[in-house]
Amino acid sequence: MALMLKNARLLDPQVGLDEVADILIRDGRIVEIGHDLEMPKGIERDLSGKIIVPGLVDMHVHLRDPGFEYKGDIESETKAAAHGGFTAVCAMPNTNPVCDNATIVEYVQRKASEVGFCRVLVSGALTQGLEGEVLSEMGDMVAHGAVAFTDDGRGVQDSGMMRRTMDYAKQFDRVVMCHCQDEGLVGAGQVNEGECSTRLGLLGWPAEGEELEIMRDIALCRLTGCHFHAQHVTTARGLELIRAAKAEGLPVTCEVTPHHLLLDDSMIGEDYDTNYKVNPPLRTKADVAALRAGLADGTVDAIVTDHAPHATYEKDREFELAPFGMTGIETSLGLMLTHMVGEGVIGLNRLVELMAVNPRTILRDERVAIEPGSIADLTVIDPDAEWTVAKDDFCSKAQNTPFVGWNLRGRATDVFVGGYATMEDGAVCSTVKK
Amino acid sequence: MAFNHKHLINISDYSAEDITRILDTAASFRAVNERRIKKVPTLKGFTVVNMFNEPSTRTRSSFELAEKRLSCDTLNFGGSSTSTVKGESLRDTVQTLCSYKIDAIVVRDKHAGAPRKVADVSGVSVICAGDGKHQHPTQALLDLYTIRERFGRIEGLRVGIVGDIGHSRVCGSLIPALKIMGAHVTVIAPPTLMPAAPEILGADEITCDLDAALPELDVVYMLRIQRERLEGAPYPSLREYNLLFGLTEEREKLMRPEAIVCHPGPVNRGVELDDYMCDHPQRSVILDQVYSGVLVRMAVLYLLLGGTDNGVDA
Amino acid sequence: MTDTRTVKSVCMDADEIERSLTRIAHQILEANHGASNIALVGILTRGDLLAHRLASKIKQIEGTDVPLGALDISFYRDDFATHLSPEVHSTDIRFDIDGLTVVLVDDVLFTGRTIRAALDALSDFGRPSCVQLAVLVDRGHRELPIRADFVGKNVPSSSHENVRLFLEEVDGVSAVEVLEMAPGDRAGSAPLGAEQPQEKEA
Repeated sequence: MALMLKNARLLDPQVGLDEVADILIRDGRIVEIGHDLEMPKGIERDLSGKIIVPGLVDMHVHLRDPGFEYKGDIESETKAAAHGGFTAVCAMPNTNPVCDNATIVEYVQRKASEVGFCRVLVSGALTQGLEGEVLSEMGDMVAHGAVAFTDDGRGVQDSGMMRRTMDYAKQFDRVVMCHCQDEGLVGAGQVNEGECSTRLGLLGWPAEGEELEIMRDIALCRLTGCHFHAQHVTTARGLELIRAAKAEGLPVTCEVTPHHLLLDDSMIGEDYDTNYKVNPPLRTKADVAALRAGLADGTVDAIVTDHAPHATYEKDREFELAPFGMTGIETSLGLMLTHMVGEGVIGLNRLVELMAVNPRTILRDERVAIEPGSIADLTVIDPDAEWTVAKDDFCSKAQNTPFVGWNLRGRATDVFVGGYATMEDGAVCSTVKK
Repeated sequence: MAFNHKHLINISDYSAEDITRILDTAASFRAVNERRIKKVPTLKGFTVVNMFNEPSTRTRSSFELAEKRLSCDTLNFGGSSTSTVKGESLRDTVQTLCSYKIDAIVVRDKHAGAPRKVADVSGVSVICAGDGKHQHPTQALLDLYTIRERFGRIEGLRVGIVGDIGHSRVCGSLIPALKIMGAHVTVIAPPTLMPAAPEILGADEITCDLDAALPELDVVYMLRIQRERLEGAPYPSLREYNLLFGLTEEREKLMRPEAIVCHPGPVNRGVELDDYMCDHPQRSVILDQVYSGVLVRMAVLYLLLGGTDNGVDA
Repeated sequence: MTDTRTVKSVCMDADEIERSLTRIAHQILEANHGASNIALVGILTRGDLLAHRLASKIKQIEGTDVPLGALDISFYRDDFATHLSPEVHSTDIRFDIDGLTVVLVDDVLFTGRTIRAALDALSDFGRPSCVQLAVLVDRGHRELPIRADFVGKNVPSSSHENVRLFLEEVDGVSAVEVLEMAPGDRAGSAPLGAEQPQEKEA
């Protein structure tokens, strides 16, 4: 069946495209781009005033399925992803059971194909049970479609073990993604070490606990030649280490989250709002400024949400007892449009690289571009839509985010996956069609 | 004059005038505590819950006596019987307590921020009796009372706080309280027991040299080495700690003639204080602090529970 | 403090207060057959000052120093829950009241609740053989079965009025005034030195 998207501004830095034109889609792929296109029959959508970009990818989300379906499941969280404008997500392996074998990889893929509102790329664990001791069956998982490996949620503590995972993953041409956290330094740390931890009487999570592991993993990247991707980088010095590694020519990439770009540790107040409790913790204003600079100068490769849904009762607790993490997949695009693009930190082209182009490259996923022949995974953005983040507007099972109440400008209105709409006019409308 | 607070959760919420009012009121309760009948009917009919989710003998006893001497009905809740042990959330526990129609909750919890949460959930007056490594405001007030009794003032005094600053909720309240009242504060500790940013609590000077600091001080406040709260071992041995940071008969020579020694108790004799300093008839005010605790807690209960209009606008 | 009081009348001036106190001193001595077993306890604030004046008069008449104390009843009020924590002043009774005849001294007797509280407070200090009550003004409107043994002057008043004593020692001028109660005012003694008695308009 044919689909014609008319009169939108098409934006894709991969092909140097930025103009108002029409897109003709047939059988899930873009067949023609041009002006005043016509087709004999099919669906036609007038998207005047909107911007069409290659479908957004969030390469760091927790779907909580299997094992923690009360927090979120593949259906609810991919629905949230579609609502946020995403055509694909990469699921983290810290489920129960842990996604450290082909059976779980298959389970996630099968369930996503049945109930998913976006494509689900599956990452497998580096080590069995995320224990950091025994290699997981990466080869089998790759054979079943795993796109990347990570022990997200914790760092691999033993340097020898970390080297082994990178050596081993390299043969499959897969990225090793690291949650950089040195347990000895971080311990039971709750918030950024410094003024914040002193003021609130909470154990500190020092920046160095992250930076030491980034430094070590860059060294292991140099040693093994394996692509190393630093997850949710939060500190100025951590980013500087990555900048230097890139300059050296090492296969190193990194990601940052909207919350580390927009929030800092001074915002955690005497009310101990657990929605601000994330891992790694919110850092200082200087760190936020450094992350923004890295976004602009190309050091940062991807914007990810680390979408971490939790049940209300789990977050409604003493700060030290509440779990880490906030949701983000439904607010990410709006926050980035409003504050990064709107405040001139980056342009729209750069945003597309960070949220659509680079994640696919890092995950070795098929290129999606606004060009004939490409898969028709597209996100339609209304850059002028004014909206307020509200709990009852979420598709996710969870509402644990401090961004509720924020006034934003710009959001996705339509999402197409393989040429079919998953969201239309702001309402999620369909699961992914095969 | 109305006392415009509903809670005592963070001492930094109080002004110098508020603190002075508490200390003056505590002085009035001193007269009550020195009579044969050490009890007044002021809070007859008020129910106060002592919610101690962490072991405590001294603070709990002191609050309980203060409540009883004001004729409150008291309910002790917590310890090994806490509902949290059975998996109940703090919110549910507090809502359950509130169903008993209570007027105030005194909260001790090992988690920072718990008293604020109790206040938000309950809607009744909440007094923090120590939360994690965060605040212990009545301890700070009783310390101020004790110091003021001895010197007649707090402003301009030089106070040194020695020991485990980093793990101390006493410091979390005492340093800001001393600053509010105009004292000069020096914190003295090994770097392993210092918080990440002591200056934001208000410390004027930060040093690890007790001998150099001692001759300047009017008040030497020795903190307890909290063995139960030390993640990792921050000093090689109690012997070495005593060698470097213990206040001993030998070190007394460095003290000003009128300087006093405070300690929040319980004392680890031979670690932060030796017998001589602990029992020093002129310098040690440790037992005065314990007595002040009852007076100050009576004053806080009296002022916070004084009238249904409190905290709204006065 | 915005002074919105309206003085309706001055019912006792400084001289009248002095004369009444002199008479009360004589009555106390007469009723108790001298000063040998009596103590004066004034209720804060201003009852203590009246007690002080009475003690001087008794000393002039009998040549005896009677034990003199001051009693703060803040902790014994029955209206604690409905009013903001009253400012506390210090009780000062430095003698054993057991077996004595204690004469409670207050400025204005109104509902009787202050005296009820004072009796409670007194009983926590000991067991006097007898308690008597001396007041400068009785304005009526009793809510409890309480009666004064010695009264300076009976001043009929409306419940919308305040009857207040001002004394030279703390207020600069001595007088008993009947005042229109302003909204939010509470019946009872004037705050110390906070309000000055107004000149009666000519």
